[in-house]
Amino acid sequence: MATAAAHQTARTHGSAGQEGDIDADDTYQRVFDATVAADERIEPRDWMPDAYRATLVRQIAQHAHSEIIGMQPEANWITRAPSLRRKAILMAKVQDEAGHGLYLYSAAETLGASREDLLDKLHTGRQKYSSIFNYPTLTWADVGAIGWLVDGAAITNQVPLCRCSYGPYARAMVRVCKEESFHQRQGYELLLALSRGTTEQHAMAQDAVDRWWWPSLMMFGPPDDESAHSAQSMAWKIKRHSNDELRRRFVDICVPQAESLGLTLPDPDLKWNEERGHYDFGPIDWTEFKEVLKGNGPCNEQRITQRKAAHDEGAWVRESAAAYAAKHSTRTGVEQA
Amino acid sequence: MTDTDWPLWEVFVRSRRGLSHTHAGSLHAPDAAFALRNARDLYTRRGEGVSLWVVPSSAITASSPDEKDPFFEPAADKPYRHPTFYEIPEGVKHL
Ligand SMILES: [Fe+2]
Ligand SMILES: [Fe+2]
Repeated sequence: MATAAAHQTARTHGSAGQEGDIDADDTYQRVFDATVAADERIEPRDWMPDAYRATLVRQIAQHAHSEIIGMQPEANWITRAPSLRRKAILMAKVQDEAGHGLYLYSAAETLGASREDLLDKLHTGRQKYSSIFNYPTLTWADVGAIGWLVDGAAITNQVPLCRCSYGPYARAMVRVCKEESFHQRQGYELLLALSRGTTEQHAMAQDAVDRWWWPSLMMFGPPDDESAHSAQSMAWKIKRHSNDELRRRFVDICVPQAESLGLTLPDPDLKWNEERGHYDFGPIDWTEFKEVLKGNGPCNEQRITQRKAAHDEGAWVRESAAAYAAKHSTRTGVEQA
Repeated sequence: MTDTDWPLWEVFVRSRRGLSHTHAGSLHAPDAAFALRNARDLYTRRGEGVSLWVVPSSAITASSPDEKDPFFEPAADKPYRHPTFYEIPEGVKHL
């Protein structure tokens, strides 16, 4: 036992007692519950309920997939960025998203998932990514709208995840959140430049915001009364706030930001509700959300095809690096002998 | 050969001189040299470190969470290892 590596999971601990040792299972469950109740973190080698592990793997994998698929709509504009400054910024942001994916895949691996298996599930559609990335980036202003709204919504979702009960996921989120604020600010600045520019530039910024606003609100997931896994995730302290609560928070933040941009949000029902202390907003088109989730969004097919192509075209790099490492290690082995 | 054959490495970052290396996360790489380069790109994109260690995850020996209590027990009943254990008359300075 003491020789097990840091990441080796304690999956077997549930049956670590003698066969049929129900008391041991019970004790493990109680220790787990007490740890979560005390707001302490569960760490990779701790015993945890199978369903907790499965929920985390599903959520973290989906999150990781979203980060790397999310590179595509923005990378689409790198070669056409209007200045060297904007190009350098965009490359840094897209590189950050790759990094976020890697932090998250590592976190999933601490739960016993394998990297190759996760990627395979993404490529074959057995695991999902955020539906927002199935929308196209039609103009340069979309890069700004994504930074402001999509990264903004992601931050609203991710800040509470920094206190998630699973240690490696929480730590990955701390790192991610530190990096996200640059993403949001560069997007806002980009939109501001366009909004204050020529009439055409202003119109382009407004058009991008009009297209990205509603899909961004959908990023928080279905309404609370239709959200299948929410209650259990809240009890496990994986999730800290409900979908609707986070969505409200996001809307409240965005309205004054849009005003400062000199742009409007495409919702005639949007108005301050003195009584509730929040903005009221119009109904979300959940049929569209479900269609995109099912694979019928404008870019679903393209995103996965491009992702698989990148993976396949990179195979020779992975193979040669592995071959080099193998050759090198046998050589040093010989020299040492 | 596929990328899953690339072993897992643990990355430790010294954030500045005078501090110890701290665990930052893990990554896959075919060998130590690649692991270092990947670690630089993944964990120090904003000057988070002045020095990096990469260690094969399989080389780490960890204490078992099962044995938590007995394993760390010897430390629990020795309060005399802490400075607060000792009563010193008031007014005695620099102690
Ligand atoms: Fe990200
Ligand atoms: Fe981001």
